[in-house]
Amino acid sequence: MNADVVVIGAGIVGAACAYHASQAGLSVCVVDRGPPAGGTTGAGEGNLLISDKLPGPELDLALLSYQLWRALAEVPFRDTTFGARTELEHKGGLVVAASADVLRGFGELAARQAAAGVEAVPVPPDGLREHEPNLAGDLAGGIRYPQDMQVQPMLATAVLLRLARDAGAVLLPGEAVTGFLRRGDRLVGVRTARRAVSASAVVNCAGTWAGEVAALAGVRIPVSPRRGFVLVTEPLPRVIRHKVYAADYVADVASDSSALQTSPVVEGTRSGTVLIGATRERVGFDRTWSPQAIRRLAAGAVRLFPFLAEVVALRAYRGFRPYCPDHLPIIGPDPRVPGLWHACGHEGAGIGLSAATGRLIAQSLRGEATDLPLHPFRPERFDEGAG
Amino acid sequence: MLLVDGGARPGGQYWRHGPEPADPRSRHRLRHGWPTFQRLVRRAESAGAALLARHHVQTVVADKAGWLVDCLVGDEPSASAVGTAIRARRLVLATGAYDRQLPFPGWDLPGVMAGGGVQALLKAHGVLAGRRVVVAGTGPFLLPVAAGLVAAGARVPLVAEANSPLHLAHYPGALAASGPKLREALSYAVWLTRGHTAYRRRHTVIRALGTDRLQAVQVARLDRHGRVCPGTIRTVHCDVLAVGWGFTPQLDLANQLGCAGTVGADGNLVVAVDRVQATSVPGVWAAGEVTGIGGADLAVIEGSIAGRAAAQAPVPRSLIRRRARLRRFADALNAAFPVPAFLLDDLPGEVLACRCEEVPVRAVREAVSELGATDARTVKLLTRTGMGWCQGRVCGFAVAAATARACGRPVSEADLRAMADRPLAVPSTLGRLQGGEPPSH
Amino acid sequence: MITFDGVETPCRAGWTIGAALTAAGVRSWRTTRRAGRPRGLFCGIGVCFDCLVTVNGRPSMRACLTEARPGDVVSTQDGTGHGDRAC
Repeated sequence: MNADVVVIGAGIVGAACAYHASQAGLSVCVVDRGPPAGGTTGAGEGNLLISDKLPGPELDLALLSYQLWRALAEVPFRDTTFGARTELEHKGGLVVAASADVLRGFGELAARQAAAGVEAVPVPPDGLREHEPNLAGDLAGGIRYPQDMQVQPMLATAVLLRLARDAGAVLLPGEAVTGFLRRGDRLVGVRTARRAVSASAVVNCAGTWAGEVAALAGVRIPVSPRRGFVLVTEPLPRVIRHKVYAADYVADVASDSSALQTSPVVEGTRSGTVLIGATRERVGFDRTWSPQAIRRLAAGAVRLFPFLAEVVALRAYRGFRPYCPDHLPIIGPDPRVPGLWHACGHEGAGIGLSAATGRLIAQSLRGEATDLPLHPFRPERFDEGAG
Repeated sequence: MLLVDGGARPGGQYWRHGPEPADPRSRHRLRHGWPTFQRLVRRAESAGAALLARHHVQTVVADKAGWLVDCLVGDEPSASAVGTAIRARRLVLATGAYDRQLPFPGWDLPGVMAGGGVQALLKAHGVLAGRRVVVAGTGPFLLPVAAGLVAAGARVPLVAEANSPLHLAHYPGALAASGPKLREALSYAVWLTRGHTAYRRRHTVIRALGTDRLQAVQVARLDRHGRVCPGTIRTVHCDVLAVGWGFTPQLDLANQLGCAGTVGADGNLVVAVDRVQATSVPGVWAAGEVTGIGGADLAVIEGSIAGRAAAQAPVPRSLIRRRARLRRFADALNAAFPVPAFLLDDLPGEVLACRCEEVPVRAVREAVSELGATDARTVKLLTRTGMGWCQGRVCGFAVAAATARACGRPVSEADLRAMADRPLAVPSTLGRLQGGEPPSH
Repeated sequence: MITFDGVETPCRAGWTIGAALTAAGVRSWRTTRRAGRPRGLFCGIGVCFDCLVTVNGRPSMRACLTEARPGDVVSTQDGTGHGDRAC
């Protein structure tokens, strides 16, 4: 079997790469050891956030993704649009602070974000409930980010893959990559238990398991798991309009601590359930349920929305975010292994940043100028400065 | 020794009863094996076992010295503000089973009920679910449901058994316990005769009719492959349809604990246990329907074995032998009463697969054919089947089966497990979840 | 005695709300949130959550499990039962 590109991993990032690559005229084969979105994507909340990105390469990726998601929303899909089918909602985000100090700190971040092109609108404490009527009445204020959006991540992945397949891409679920085809020191395809697929380029989109794929190719990329739990309520009418989170969330994302970090993130969904995050822990791939994490999620949500105390939680789920030590994803060709590209390590921002990632990878694969410099995301950066 | 049970009174489904004194006439026809139940309760009490009634276990997690069992107390646990945490060194899971259901056109009309629900109303409250009840589905359970209704004064025009009980003659294991079982079946048959109930083999309900409540059912004959025979469709008027396709185990806690399972002879995910009912998790035993549907007598034997093993007492070989006989009989029943093919293959796309989230069967098929799903977990996440209030308890088996069929392969353990993974075995408010430390035993 | 949508409904000691409503000939007491279809008892033993009803102002109580207490006010539940909170 032949293709221009083999994409390893059929999660949101692999799907975005497949979509953009096939739109750019490349023939694509997507392989995954399991079904589409069988990894972290299936445990995502569907955040498409500008608000929590620090100015710099990550914010640049988020702003580019914003444009791409908005364009994608209008793409026709069967008898509807991509946006309607994937529950893409341009709802906006609201970051709230419990104290004036925390609000001031976040305000400084917002000012830097605004300087970089982000819409950030301060909200005084008595203005919060105009945007979120069910919010607690004793918060110190907040900042509204009209550019924040939300999508249903499983549907987004499946529809991106469907569009890619409509354009000729092939999806091979249930086939783990067992090795690579080489010509000299160059990768020229992959091997699975069932077949070999020749290609000029291989893209590692294996998310939290991308390190394993890289190791199979003989290189190291330091992607490791950062466990998160999400609590899900009973179905409700629309009771929460935005994605709402506490200002200390950003500090948690940027933290290197391996201990349990929790900070409330609450949002409604089209189906009516309210999703409650967020926890972060570095416990390897430990799948055991943590009552402590669930307790903290519940408490954090009730703090922001007191009415939630009487709302019933039906289930919880967990996933493992792919975390890189410098909190930036890995995007681009690997100079150590010609023929290998990486598109992974997006931590908790993979759903949102997949759009820009897919675009940049497609441009890079075609040898075109990329919309953003790939230098900050280069795979070999972890080997530098070691001496 | 603590017996933790969600019911107001012990006995589960099989020995469900209302507050005493019950109507003396109803006792003998609704209370099977009652002396056994009374003996077991007496022996447990005299051995010092404490019963925690109305205690619904939400989570079980490993704790320093064993297990932490977190319970909600009350009849409706989701509204409960009271909880209790129990520290236990060893656990025996006997969480039982419930009616297995499969979608069919009109199954979401009020008046369509599970056979077990119709029985529960009668046994616990002496309330008739309806005045004119059709009983349908498959398996020996249809008989006591119908007989109980007739004895309580309902009209049961028809029992539609999708298979043929004569199949049992093909299974040697059926002879193992045939004496008492045949007598039991005969006693039901007497009631059905008195009630002028037609018992039709190889017949099933193919559609429930009505606008906002059940008014009638369409019944048809099935061929030996489980497919509808054209030209045999009749309409039968009724206000309730009591339907069931065997049973399926309650695996929430076993799955939380990570107990290994397997796909049982009846197509359900069941907990795997060894010779003395020990699960794959040290310190956890399982007994009764959770290890495979097998009826009350087998459950009592398995419970006796598990209890002894958990107490580190010897298990007499006579119990092992009795269990083997009853297991063979259960296996024969499973083999003789399979789910008919028409229910899995020929359903119109608009029939609801998931009642809670109102997801049609069509969506499950499209998730496979259009959106690339290859397993039930992916189907669930793409379609919302199994994500509503009941968390896949009702639709899990059907979604797993429909997914596998759409993928052209048999149902896998992973499919069933994906629909049965419930980190919260009972729902509770966020106020309750955020807790504080509950009082503990 | 309990009331259902304002109508007095007889009830025996120990009965669940579901039993009382069924004895009174009531088959459904809620509507689904997508298609507005009526639902009442289905599994009857607390597994299916079809029988959700609002009791004394509290939505989504399983009628088949909730014991009826004298004076209980039971009302038909529309969809999620939390419509008053919608914004």
